[in-house]
Amino acid sequence: MSGAELRVDGIDVSFDAVHVLRNITLRAAAGEAVALLGASGSGKSTLLRVVAGLVAPDHGTVTVDGIDITDVATHRRDIGMVFQDNQLFPHRSVADNVAFGLKMRGVDKRARRARAEEWLGRVELDGFAERSVTELSGGEAKRVALARTLAAEPSIVLLDEPLTGLDRELHDQLVIELVRLLQLADTTVVLVTHDVDEAHAIADRTLTLADLQDGGAAR
Amino acid sequence: MRSRPQSSSSINRLPSGIVATLVLIPASALAVFYAWPFITLMVEAVDVEAARATFERDRTWSIVWFTTWQAVVSTALTIVLGLAPAWVISRYSFVGRRLLLSLLTAVFVLPTVVMGAAFLALFPDSIDRTAWGVIATHVVFNLAVVVRTVGAVWEHLPHDMEHAAATLGATPLTIFREITLPLLRPAVTAAAAIVFLFTFTSFGVVRVLGAPGTRTIEVEVWRRATQLGQVDQAAVLALLQLAILGVVAILSAQSSRRHSRALALRPSSRPVRPRTPRTKALVMVVASATAIVAAAPLVALVVKSFASPNGWTTAGWTDLGSAEIRPGLGLGLDPIGALVNSARTAAWSTVFATVTGALAALGIAAAGRAGRFLDAGLMLPIATSAVTIGFGMLITFDTDPYDWRASWWIVPIGHALVAVPFVVRSTLGVLRAVDGRLSLAAATLGASPTRAWAEIVVPHLWRPLAVGAALATAISLGEFGATSFLSRSGGETLPVAIAELLGRTGSLLQTKGYALATILAAATVALVMLVDRSGDLSGARSGRPDHTTRDHMTRDHTTPDHMTRNGADHVGR
Repeated sequence: MSGAELRVDGIDVSFDAVHVLRNITLRAAAGEAVALLGASGSGKSTLLRVVAGLVAPDHGTVTVDGIDITDVATHRRDIGMVFQDNQLFPHRSVADNVAFGLKMRGVDKRARRARAEEWLGRVELDGFAERSVTELSGGEAKRVALARTLAAEPSIVLLDEPLTGLDRELHDQLVIELVRLLQLADTTVVLVTHDVDEAHAIADRTLTLADLQDGGAAR
Repeated sequence: MRSRPQSSSSINRLPSGIVATLVLIPASALAVFYAWPFITLMVEAVDVEAARATFERDRTWSIVWFTTWQAVVSTALTIVLGLAPAWVISRYSFVGRRLLLSLLTAVFVLPTVVMGAAFLALFPDSIDRTAWGVIATHVVFNLAVVVRTVGAVWEHLPHDMEHAAATLGATPLTIFREITLPLLRPAVTAAAAIVFLFTFTSFGVVRVLGAPGTRTIEVEVWRRATQLGQVDQAAVLALLQLAILGVVAILSAQSSRRHSRALALRPSSRPVRPRTPRTKALVMVVASATAIVAAAPLVALVVKSFASPNGWTTAGWTDLGSAEIRPGLGLGLDPIGALVNSARTAAWSTVFATVTGALAALGIAAAGRAGRFLDAGLMLPIATSAVTIGFGMLITFDTDPYDWRASWWIVPIGHALVAVPFVVRSTLGVLRAVDGRLSLAAATLGASPTRAWAEIVVPHLWRPLAVGAALATAISLGEFGATSFLSRSGGETLPVAIAELLGRTGSLLQTKGYALATILAAATVALVMLVDRSGDLSGARSGRPDHTTRDHMTRDHTTPDHMTRNGADHVGR
């Protein structure tokens, strides 16, 4: 796995007649990590949701490795996403959360289990497999969320403010871990954040939404 | 938050004499009018000879069997059919959303006799007296339980939880099966338990719609006790029903303990407008289908009150006051008289329930552990079937000096038993919020505990009491089960009169029955809508800054609201 090339062309999104995204264009080369900076409410998250297929654009296309996936359902896109508030499934154990994507891909139980354990080791949560996700600390829950997305080995990973809301020390520690994990995963990454240092630490290239407007992103 | 008031140190407590008085009055009323009749009935039921006579009859077993299977089927269908509207209402905002929720609530709070009448009006004759007629009525009746109970949890499930599953490769069907349904499961189980209780003890619907082959245990208790004079056998059946419900209650409590999980319910995800054309269409279809199903019986009820074999007529309304079938031939039943009786009964039971409920709420808020005990005790009448209550009172208060059966106040007292918990529920939340903080503030300003109570706590009672009073009136107007035992000839209330009129042949009588049912439906819905003006599923909208009184009030609305039919069910039985 070495990630897929992502192209977003001329995306328009409006909610109730309010334009959130207007003619947005974005390119990310295979294996590249791109960070999108901007104030909250500027539409960055909406762009990620368009890429993930969670929000249908009014205009424009999303292309992965040259294939137009604009009308493809989220679950068929092979695009993973880490949500700001993790969205761990509260009725499943840590291991079952991490293995969920593999289960959806039809990986058999034993292999799933082994891969989940492996990823839990990578995020330094050995021995957490049977824990309930509702009992995790903020940092532990974030690591489980990262492991869950990466374990599915998506061709593109979207990170929506993944480290927002954590205290400074934990934040800085997780930035380092995240860089390591993303290198390990060797995938294309689009990171949305409002933290410039975080963006520079994680991404190969940092952009703002303004850069993407009206074709300005090609640079 | 709730434990705060108790923590206020004992030096700031009300004098114990006042507290004791507050607790003792409702407690004695409960002991005399609920506990004593209940025990008398149970003693009557423990009779080997009667038990043998009852269980030797095949009829008994066929009734137990019918009661059980119709309740199981009704519950299953209600859950399955209720999930779609629950999803649409909790997830999407669309034109008419609040209206649809109000409509379902209105249907839910209708007296069971009215609901029976509405479906009698709607169904063609071929379905009228069948098991499927009864089941269909139960399903529509209880849709609101599923929509409200399950919807309240559903609107708190973050959309992104399902989105996360989708980004991991789960199909929409898989998401529903693996994520949504398991998270809704405790709510679904709770809703199922409530619907099962309602349908297992169905009385009013079955009295109006049933036939000899479609009788519930509840109806059979009434029939054997009042029509056949087999009081001992009726008591055995009442005990049997209680035992079955007890087992079900234990099972459902166990299951809910097993499946309850610390689901950190976030602020509810606001309903969103459907974006894709497909979702839009789906939401439209589900919402309109639900609206049609819920509204059709009500429309049919009104239409039938103007229908005669010879075309449209207003005779059902204009001749409502005439108690004659033909000149010289009396009906033995006076519809206008029933209206007057109902109004009088409702007025008295509202007074009884409001006074007792207010004293009880004040006592519960002030009394700590004894208060919690009283609170639980006052809830018992709602957990008891209405027929059991009426039957118990009938056989207890029949000997001097307690021969109160002919007293004018016995029916209002029976209704008040069921209504008091609703008054307590609507009052207690407000009281507790006030009691904890404001009385202490008053104490620092120099008010004695009694003074603070009189100046600060009591004035907060009026609003929630008005709410409780409205609910009590609605409950009394529709109560049918206990009334069936306690009302005397000439003292028929509306539900009793409706059941009588619809049970007789003669199109004018039927038309009058539908007219009376329309009046009762309108009165009940108006009262409940007055109380329940919030269009929210869970009552309390999280994310609102003031968590204090208002929040408590709305939240405590939800409880009576969920329970209203429990009361209203008594209403019907």
